[in-house]
Amino acid sequence: MVNGFESDGDLVPSLPSPIYHKPWALSQMIRLVGVEKKLGGQPVLQGVDLSIPVGKLTTIIGRSGEGKSVLLKRMIGLLQPDRGEVWVGDVEISRLSGTRLNDVRKRFAMLFQGAALFDSLSVFENVAFPLREKLRMKGPGVTKRVEEKLAEVGLAGMGHKFPAELSGGMRKRAGLARALVMEPEIILFDEPTTGLDPLMAKSIHDLIVTMQQRFGFTAIMVSHEIPEIFGISDWVAMLRKGKIALMATATEFQRTTDPEIREFISVGGTVALPGSLAG
Amino acid sequence: MTNVIEQLGQWAVGRVREMGRMLLFLLSAFAWLVRPPFRFHQFMKQLHFIGYKSVFVVVLTAGFTGMVLALQGYYSLRKFGSEGLLGSAVALSMIRELGPVLAALMVTARAGSAMTAEIGIMRITEQVDALDTMAINPMQYLVAPKLVGGLIGVPLLVALFDVVGIYGGSLVGVDLLGVSEGAYWNSMESAVEWKDVYGGILKSVSFGLIVSWVCCYKGFYTRQSAEGLGRATTEAVVLSSVLILVCDYFLTSVLL
Repeated sequence: MVNGFESDGDLVPSLPSPIYHKPWALSQMIRLVGVEKKLGGQPVLQGVDLSIPVGKLTTIIGRSGEGKSVLLKRMIGLLQPDRGEVWVGDVEISRLSGTRLNDVRKRFAMLFQGAALFDSLSVFENVAFPLREKLRMKGPGVTKRVEEKLAEVGLAGMGHKFPAELSGGMRKRAGLARALVMEPEIILFDEPTTGLDPLMAKSIHDLIVTMQQRFGFTAIMVSHEIPEIFGISDWVAMLRKGKIALMATATEFQRTTDPEIREFISVGGTVALPGSLAG
Repeated sequence: MTNVIEQLGQWAVGRVREMGRMLLFLLSAFAWLVRPPFRFHQFMKQLHFIGYKSVFVVVLTAGFTGMVLALQGYYSLRKFGSEGLLGSAVALSMIRELGPVLAALMVTARAGSAMTAEIGIMRITEQVDALDTMAINPMQYLVAPKLVGGLIGVPLLVALFDVVGIYGGSLVGVDLLGVSEGAYWNSMESAVEWKDVYGGILKSVSFGLIVSWVCCYKGFYTRQSAEGLGRATTEAVVLSSVLILVCDYFLTSVLL
């Protein structure tokens, strides 16, 4: 199956909610339809069709410069598409701006490649930031929630430190705590393990999986960590030449017969199994 | 020849586009400024940074400006036997021109460049995007408080500059060169009119707006590299300084 869930409905749990009145929205949290984007005059996305299932971890892979991070930023409305539609639940966001776009963004959190912690704030203040600024929370309620999240990501007692005093892995953990603190429905991970040693990368992956299973959010991750991502992702999509070349469950993905995809995932260390799935 | 005209046209179109984008940036910042939530703490933080932290450099500049003005003025006025008018000469120069212009240039150098660098680094390290993903508008959180900080902070610094400069002039004129203290202060009182003070306030508000607007804009649209950040900071300081001087000429023409 390529890039769709209609034939695999049993693989995707439904999430009954009054806001999902579109039939497809019952199983798909985000849907991109024919998304095109040029950057600096160069086409990056050339008609991306992609559906992200609710409550699952979907990983987007592809060569460097293929537009994976651009795609992720499209989903949260940080970049406007030149063409196409981006649906979050039942809201089409590609033409939204201001307060209406912010309303949609409240459902999201994002862990950036460099964690994007505010360097003038301590780790505690970084994690507390969305609570104080968005929910206008104050006092012990904030402290309790922040310390809880810091403990969950293994940073208990590190709240007083500043981002510059943390290692790469600790910064990612702090970024994850900040992403989790608002308890969002969707979390985007932009290459969360870039620049980390294999052990630290594994611990971040494990943390993401544990948190995703505990809180049930929809996770979308851009990653180069092959073959590790096949062990943690529910779904894997590959971006090639500005389009989704293949989207399948992690197991099915490794059985693809598409030679280019097989080469891509083999170089990463996966022994691609012979199978019937074509890209 | 055609190429030259084409390049000139492209350059002109580029500049017009840039000006349009700058204007939209300013309008957007004002629009977000009047929308809740109002972050009083952020406004105070920026006022502290732009205003209070510039006090030392402004006082130092103002003191020596007033002193050198008195020194130059004394020897010029002595030729005509008018040393008694030294006070009015120092005060009018300070209030009408030197106070607003020099204070604004000092704020550009100290706080303006820092504003560009701060927002620029936040842009490069995706902290601005992080604000967006948290549904916190960066214009409202980052730019609007700095705009208010400039609008309020610069006029206060200009007032301080004027006062310190006039006292600096008194130090040299009265205490060192022997101009009568009464003449120094009385000539000032009779020469300075409300419209001079009003003109100085108008200029300082305009310059405060220019500094915070240009410096925030340049930081906000920094290109994604260290070199881009360096260029943005330089452009912010140069453009703010030039705009202050150009705006000063036109405001003076209107006010005189």
